[in-house]
Amino acid sequence: MKNDMKCIAAKIENLNGANDFVEEYADLFGLPAKKKFGLLLALEEAFVNICGYAYPDGEGEVELSCAGNDDVLTLEIADRGKPFDVLSLPDPDLTLDIMDRPIGGLGIYFIRTLSDSVSYRRENERNILRIEFKRSQENPAL
Amino acid sequence: MEIQTRNEANTTVITITGRFDAVTAPDYEKKVQELIVGGDIRIVVDFAGLDYISSAGLRGLLVTAKLLKAKGGQVRFANVAGTVKEVFDISGFGTIFQMDATVAASLAAIA
Repeated sequence: MKNDMKCIAAKIENLNGANDFVEEYADLFGLPAKKKFGLLLALEEAFVNICGYAYPDGEGEVELSCAGNDDVLTLEIADRGKPFDVLSLPDPDLTLDIMDRPIGGLGIYFIRTLSDSVSYRRENERNILRIEFKRSQENPAL
Repeated sequence: MEIQTRNEANTTVITITGRFDAVTAPDYEKKVQELIVGGDIRIVVDFAGLDYISSAGLRGLLVTAKLLKAKGGQVRFANVAGTVKEVFDISGFGTIFQMDATVAASLAAIA
């Protein structure tokens, strides 16, 4: 399936535009409903993270790339902020009382849990988070 | 996300529909804060029409639950189901909120 790409200003209010772009690709690819839910949740968590932290001194963009090959839909989410591997964050302590639990690590935990594969690389001054979803394989978490 | 409220049996029922995400979570928090200011601290949230929730949505629920608790209020969730329920379960949030199968059951439990 043909790759598709979109650049969006890193602002929370642009989440709907990012969501529509990725959802349309997922529908053309034929990603099953539960996998699509996981994909869009992973997208939001990564997008919101970039909006919050990637560009502390001003404005910047989020670059979204979708690729579909055989059974795998790959979403890459990139920013031009300073080097930061979001996967270096520890998972939240799910055993802590919820009222006392810091909520910060939950987004990346969702990305890890709901995707079939996730990796980070720094390339051409960009942070790139690569998330893969397989069309055929069930996710045991959902 | 659409947010509607109605009063039933001295309790405010909040109906949320659509997406509970980073864009819409502040709307929910604002609505609950308005209710608290108005003295409405017994709340049932009806999730029947909710299609999607993210960590920002969960954060909104947690923040408002803490506010209500501090004011001596109560909140219960009804009709949390499907993929939204699975997000609660994955995050561990499923065990800390009071959940009921129907709005009627939530109203009965809060009375």
